[in-house]
Amino acid sequence: MLKNRKFILLFALLLSLGLVLAACGGSDEKSSGNSEGEGSSEGSSEEGSSDYTVGMVTDEGGVDDKSFNQSAWEGLQAWGEEHDLSKAHGFDYAQSEDESDYLPNMTRLVRNDYDLVFGIGFLLEDAIAEIAEQNPDNDFAIVDTVVEAPNVASITFAEHEGSFLTGVAAAMKTNTDKLGFIGGVDSALINKFESGFVAGAKSVNPDIVIDIQYVGNFSSAADGKLIATRMYNDGADVIYHSAGAAGNGVFAQAKDLKQKDPEREIYVIGVDRDQYEEGAIGDHNVTLTSMVKRVDTSVIEVSNQGLNGEFPGGEVLVFGLEDEGIGIAETNEEAYTEEIATAVNEWKEKIINGDVTVPQTHDELKAFEEEL
Amino acid sequence: MTSNKMFNILVPVISVLIGLLSGAVIMLGFGYNPIEGYAALWEGAFGDMYFVGETVRQVTPYILTGLAVAFAFRTGLFNIGAEGQVIVGWLAAIWVGITFDLPMYIHLPFAVIVAALAGAIWGFIPGLLKARLGVHEVIVTIMLNYVALYSSNALIRSVLSDNQDKTDKIAATASLSSEWLQNLTFFSRMHYGILIAVFAAIIMWFLIERTSIGYELKSVGYNQHASKYAGMNVQRNIILAMVISGAFAGLAGAMEGLGTYGNMSVSSGFTNLGFDGIAVALLGANTAIGVILAAFLFGALKVGALNMPTEAGVPNELVDIIIALIIFFVASSYIIRWVLLRLKKGEK
Repeated sequence: MLKNRKFILLFALLLSLGLVLAACGGSDEKSSGNSEGEGSSEGSSEEGSSDYTVGMVTDEGGVDDKSFNQSAWEGLQAWGEEHDLSKAHGFDYAQSEDESDYLPNMTRLVRNDYDLVFGIGFLLEDAIAEIAEQNPDNDFAIVDTVVEAPNVASITFAEHEGSFLTGVAAAMKTNTDKLGFIGGVDSALINKFESGFVAGAKSVNPDIVIDIQYVGNFSSAADGKLIATRMYNDGADVIYHSAGAAGNGVFAQAKDLKQKDPEREIYVIGVDRDQYEEGAIGDHNVTLTSMVKRVDTSVIEVSNQGLNGEFPGGEVLVFGLEDEGIGIAETNEEAYTEEIATAVNEWKEKIINGDVTVPQTHDELKAFEEEL
Repeated sequence: MTSNKMFNILVPVISVLIGLLSGAVIMLGFGYNPIEGYAALWEGAFGDMYFVGETVRQVTPYILTGLAVAFAFRTGLFNIGAEGQVIVGWLAAIWVGITFDLPMYIHLPFAVIVAALAGAIWGFIPGLLKARLGVHEVIVTIMLNYVALYSSNALIRSVLSDNQDKTDKIAATASLSSEWLQNLTFFSRMHYGILIAVFAAIIMWFLIERTSIGYELKSVGYNQHASKYAGMNVQRNIILAMVISGAFAGLAGAMEGLGTYGNMSVSSGFTNLGFDGIAVALLGANTAIGVILAAFLFGALKVGALNMPTEAGVPNELVDIIIALIIFFVASSYIIRWVLLRLKKGEK
């Protein structure tokens, strides 16, 4: 037994030695690397227009989700370019793999002296609330939800209005009078998309059938593809997805079907960014339109306000149709006909004028449908 | 015998080193500086008190899921269901945390025990099926993971909250988090759970090495038929092993619920704590002390990895590759064993 214990001790020693060795090799190197970093960041702050720095933390979709994380990052890059900053010197992102990473990522950015940190997505609500309380002197912003704190700007979008317009477009495009909606996680935010879409479609044709299903997450493209397969098989010909990266599976399935049978008319409506490129297959494109949510412009705007010392802390900013924080992509000219564009613009006017109030929840949708 | 034990220690260490080394080669291959990369990793895991706290926070559930998998392993069972047991433990702990109104010295232990019980029940099902009907525990536990994930999502939405994505925060009397530890580590989420985890490791060691129950469990693991012939109740031991294993994993869920988060969100995927626990157990050679050390390594890698993109520009996918390589080399320990034996012979 004594021997056993000795060996366990040896094991412990060796294991920790391994760790120390692996890291130690770098420790002196690292200090030099660090000072380099400091040097250049000092340099950039001297020549740059200001030393206001902005970081962002993605949710589990990652910075290349072809959706709102990516849009936010594109906005931040554009903002950095505008102010002569480069990645890691002035602006940067931190990617989260699961929910336990949100807070450490935020903390790291704050500790690396980022003045403003964006939390991208409502999943980061708790993390932002917590870190904002711990660091009252830093600025924070959250996209898609509201955090009530004096140093947090809440960026929200009128997604229901944009979704309403995609509903109008889908109802005009469909030949089968059957549409599909694929949501990410069944939550208040995504219900907003769903309600708007259903209301828009039913405003054009009250008898239209809409197949609604939620993936359960924002990351599994495989599940998104499976659901899309079923919906297209059941006769739906236009599917609106608001499922983040899981929505890439919807595009994949539509493109597969289109490749097998180029005559078949099936479409996907993209979300958050103009997903025209995602829908390209040969000479065709399955992206009818996209509900564009200008996360990028909102990020630029809030960053600029922070830079100018006018950070909108404690405020809830709503970006909607009126200020073009929400829009409809018109890039697929072949599918998105002029007839559809005219109708969509008519409804858009009605929403902006207040003639139509777009429902945001299931209950409001029910009331809306009864009035039709 | 001695050389065998030597190998048990040497093989994991060498695997870790080879894993790190191959990670460095891959970093070099993709044009990143491996020294900078590992420095950022170290900095991100132990750089200052905050990161030390976060590392300990991550290590806590790893120890417990590692113990869960290791315990079942010792009895010859492969508990892939630690993941599901973590989830039910988490849910149970939160349920006790928000529904009961009790003084702390009752509330906290009560929540922890209920979480362990929930995990134990989730381990009991595959144990019973294995013992009575011979259904393979791997299949049942994998399936039960999904049952746990989706039922807990449904329960959070409909029972524990009013159609929200997450539950309320638990009462302060059920919380493991401590202001003292948080202040010490600049607001890291480190909590007292680490004490429970270490204590659980001691219990596992004691149970396996020092009691007749442990002896029977191990014996069933080595050879069921011989154990039966020796008069042991094999079925009872299989069930018992799964129950205890599940209880450890349930405790890991309690750590997340009562310590780290204080609530539970509707989750789109697994926590991966249970799956990482398999790797921890494997690297720790299924011993209590080994599991603690391996949990520290994995916790440090996981937390430190987040720093690699920001500080050294290395994508954190690469860290996943390194972890995978380490596991690969542990699993292929036969090769390392063979090389070591060769070297030894050469010496002679």
